[in-house]
Amino acid sequence: MPTELSYREALNQAMREEMRRDPRVFLIGEEVGYYQGAFKVSKGFVEEFGPQRVLDTPITEAGFTGLAIGAAMAGLRPIVELMTFNFGILALDQIVNNAAKIRYMSGGQLSVPMVIRGPGSAAHQLAAQHSQSLEAWFCHVPGLKVIAPATPHDAKGLLKSAIRDPNPVIFIEAQLLYGTKGEVGDGEYTIPIGRAEVKRRGQDVTIVAYSKMLLVALEAAEELSKEGLQAEVIDPRTLKPLDLTAIVESVKKTGRLVIVEEGWRFCGLGAQIADSVYAAAFDYLDAPIVRVTGEDVPMPYSRPLEDAAIPDKARVMGAVKRVTYRG
Amino acid sequence: MDRADLLSLYRQMLVIRRFEEKSAEMYALAKIAGFLHLYIGEEAIAVGAIAAIRPDDYVISAYRDHGHCLARGSDPRKVMAELFGKATGLCKGKGGSMHLVDVERRFMGGYAIVGGHIPLATGLAFAANYQKLDQVVLCFFGEGAVPSGHAHEAFNLAALWKLPVIFICENNRYGMGTPMQRAIALYSDVAETARSYGIMAERVDGMDVLAVRALMQKVVEQVRAGQGPFFVEAMTYRFMGHSMADPAHGHYRTKEEVEEYRKRDPLLLLKETIVTNRLGTEADFKALEREVYDIVDAAVRFAEESPFPEPRELYTDVMVEE
Ligand SMILES: Cc1ncc(C[n+]2csc(CCOP(=O)(O)OP(=O)(O)O)c2C)c(N)n1
Repeated sequence: MPTELSYREALNQAMREEMRRDPRVFLIGEEVGYYQGAFKVSKGFVEEFGPQRVLDTPITEAGFTGLAIGAAMAGLRPIVELMTFNFGILALDQIVNNAAKIRYMSGGQLSVPMVIRGPGSAAHQLAAQHSQSLEAWFCHVPGLKVIAPATPHDAKGLLKSAIRDPNPVIFIEAQLLYGTKGEVGDGEYTIPIGRAEVKRRGQDVTIVAYSKMLLVALEAAEELSKEGLQAEVIDPRTLKPLDLTAIVESVKKTGRLVIVEEGWRFCGLGAQIADSVYAAAFDYLDAPIVRVTGEDVPMPYSRPLEDAAIPDKARVMGAVKRVTYRG
Repeated sequence: MDRADLLSLYRQMLVIRRFEEKSAEMYALAKIAGFLHLYIGEEAIAVGAIAAIRPDDYVISAYRDHGHCLARGSDPRKVMAELFGKATGLCKGKGGSMHLVDVERRFMGGYAIVGGHIPLATGLAFAANYQKLDQVVLCFFGEGAVPSGHAHEAFNLAALWKLPVIFICENNRYGMGTPMQRAIALYSDVAETARSYGIMAERVDGMDVLAVRALMQKVVEQVRAGQGPFFVEAMTYRFMGHSMADPAHGHYRTKEEVEEYRKRDPLLLLKETIVTNRLGTEADFKALEREVYDIVDAAVRFAEESPFPEPRELYTDVMVEE
């Protein structure tokens, strides 16, 4: 019998199981120990694993991320928790110039088996410096894997795979998902990195959406079905490597594609997906691909402006109508 | 004083010196490209410091890394091949001069972002503590890295968690063309930066290989015993330009100044000690020169004769493949 867990609890379970399994795994970040995580993802960890494996750090993202990279080079398996990915920008040099490059520069002598995880994207009215979807930045860099799960089940299975992966993995958890609930498989399971999942079957249009936007897309699909439009919704789950085959297969069936992302439009992930689909399946398309994205502005504080900056159900439905020429 | 010991230190410094002179030549012939930062004048620090550690200890460096790599015992042929970008290089030609890595010798790499490798050193030291091993980490960097945020964050973490890392600041007084007086608030005592984090620190004459080794032996013992990190400020001077793109003197320092420091050439100083103590003769030094000439010559020949990487190597080593 699968159990109903919150996204937060699913992550907690994944890390707990992996830390029990492998003594090389440790958790490091601001407030991960005695405070139990700014978002309470590491609840109970310091009691179980002790402060040697659950390390509270000073507010020095570059310093402790770099330390974790060094520890990984020496064979440990660090999990770095960024309080949010907004602060991860301070560690970007360590992530991009060190974690992502060390294997290549050393001609394969070194590797950096680690996970850098934490909340991303917007919550409610946190304003510009606390509401950013930066996954495209990381996807751009060779040498990194990028994962952004939407459901508790996926979060658990993918985090376990990420921790076991011998490469540096960026693992982005949307802040607003922590409290969402879902069925999580019982017992030991992992989900392979690089495999998308069809979250809803349909034949009229394909919607690709990940992380928080998957929930928005599914809501839109439900609504559209009442109007007689059956959308197939695909969650890539891992953004790099991207399961292009699954997306292309669906597009070949539906002939239409809408891509939804919360991140900024310009150079966003959707542009990459659209480009790849045009290259692989242009002849199957019955309409130009439509992208639904965050607006190209720093996130405003005021609620109506914030709402205007983030894709919602109505915009996804509008996009679907556009590609099906029903708008 | 032991004759064999002193001659061995001299030989190691000589290998670095001649290797680098040769690589400058190869750069002029366009056999070597990219950035090439020579260590000439600073050899006593790498040789003295690395002489004080065990094979299972870690060494990590910045982009002026040939000296540390060779002092750690890497095969000069593979180092030269790496500079040539050949498949037989230490990193299969993917790292080049600034990113030499020799994991077998626990030489964990040269890194090109100023200060960026200092947190990695704390991580290697963290791993030693985590695994309850008594390894130490030597982390080399220039004084130009000291004011960087990476360095400060790493110093604080190393002190806070008592990590077995020895920070070795190779103070050659210039970061590219900027004298430290114009870049470092505490330039008259760079080590003070570390002391402000509660890290023990000492200054040493970085031209005197024996002084460096003596201090390092004491420091390594202390750090290995679990007393936390240590900061060594080794006073030195680079005799060449910042890189091959920069003339030996540059417009930021005078020829006279360089000449003055050259009088304290670390090879010259050690040779004097050896000769004064009647532990070696001109004949001994001639023999060493011949031996080292052959080593460097063989390195160049090996690099020349080695193949470039196959085009398919472009996409290998990006990720660990499972
Ligand atoms: C973060 C960063 N900024 C700028 C540079 C360009 N740069 C390379 S070396 C250097 C000077 C560094 O001087 P120092 O640390 O004293 O080392 P030295 O070259 O004297 O050995 C500069 C500015 C760089 N590599 N990294």
